[in-house]
Amino acid sequence: MTETDPMLPTEQGKPDPNDSAIEDLVACPTCDALYRLPNIPIGSRARCLRCHTVLTAPREGAMTRIAMLAGTSAILMIAAVFFPFLELTAAGMVQRSSVLDVVLVFADGPFVGLAVAVAALIVVLPLARFLSLIYVLAPMGLGWRPAPYAIAVFRMAERIRPWSMAEIFIVGVAVALIKVAGLASLSLGPAFWAFVALVLITAVKDNFMCRLTIWKTLEHRSQ
Amino acid sequence: MQIDDMENAGTPQPIITARAAGLVACPNCGRVHRHPAPARCARCGLALDPGPDKSLQRVLAWLVAGMIVYVPANIYPMLITNTFGHSSESTILEGVVELLQHGSYGVALIVFVASIIIPVIKFAAIGFLALSVRRQSILPPPARHKLYEIVEFIGRWSMIDVFVVAILAALVQLDFAATINPGIAAISFALSVAFTMLSAQSFDPKAIWAERDAAAS
Repeated sequence: MTETDPMLPTEQGKPDPNDSAIEDLVACPTCDALYRLPNIPIGSRARCLRCHTVLTAPREGAMTRIAMLAGTSAILMIAAVFFPFLELTAAGMVQRSSVLDVVLVFADGPFVGLAVAVAALIVVLPLARFLSLIYVLAPMGLGWRPAPYAIAVFRMAERIRPWSMAEIFIVGVAVALIKVAGLASLSLGPAFWAFVALVLITAVKDNFMCRLTIWKTLEHRSQ
Repeated sequence: MQIDDMENAGTPQPIITARAAGLVACPNCGRVHRHPAPARCARCGLALDPGPDKSLQRVLAWLVAGMIVYVPANIYPMLITNTFGHSSESTILEGVVELLQHGSYGVALIVFVASIIIPVIKFAAIGFLALSVRRQSILPPPARHKLYEIVEFIGRWSMIDVFVVAILAALVQLDFAATINPGIAAISFALSVAFTMLSAQSFDPKAIWAERDAAAS
């Protein structure tokens, strides 16, 4: 990790807001502290001094990599939805369940809302996020102009983030395994491992993501 | 500015906020705008600044909604189990006790923390943060900011129990031998988690620092 001081203070030692280079100014999205961040070298990371929010962390070729990882996650998600993820044997009967079954079991009856919510949290929203990241970042990685509505789509992808709960679902599977252990014998299916892989890839992908760089690139290329 | 590796951590540098500098900053992408600011951020299109009072009202409204639906989530059954014609219902807490009786202490702890400890701490923490915006607080801003980050990070994990119920209900449909169905508490608990997440998201962390900023300028 390189070491630089991106803060180029003006004579007063503070960023001068009347300077024409308002584009170089960045306010910490969390606490509003103002910084002058012209060009942060690739591979380094800048944090807010008082609330330690990461302001920017550009990485080489990050956009292409994020788009590719999002593509991988989307494919894994399709596998995770349709393949069985748990297999249960009890009293001579075998039951295989896919994620789709989890959702469909509530589809009739008073728990439709719950079914919709579960489907949204573990499948629809994560998938929507992967697809919108590909839509926004693939043209960026290739050096093209942003796709139509890329800015709105990326803002939506960011909003969805806390609501995509694939990793929480995995812990839920683990707890469920132990809860029925006394009732029946359970084994994990291929979809479970697809889910685990998907969660790990998502974690790596989010680690590459520098929001400030993406926003700035979108803004510049839109003009 | 601080570059990682903490070389110059702790060096007192004067911090000036965008607001103090007479600028309007976008809380989403950090873009700053001169007064008069446009209605939407020039870079990311976010609607700028609904005003601190409005955001605080939203926080409290979602918080109260979350607390209200948390009550039935604990009273009514979460799981309805039928084994060989014998039906039993269990609430969240009874589910934890069952796990303890099976000897699964680790899992019991996970469910207890996710379903009871985290929601209760979240209610208290969000309430405390929202109320401390208006008055002198015992906790300094950095500590309150840490608390806010923890609440934001941890809130989603309460959903574990809802997923467990969904998985069990999908999996255990073995006709006469055993069936598991969700109880009404599953819905109210899911709503409670969603409402408190919305509450935490409505909170503007700038408010934590605003009092210090006002004192400085």
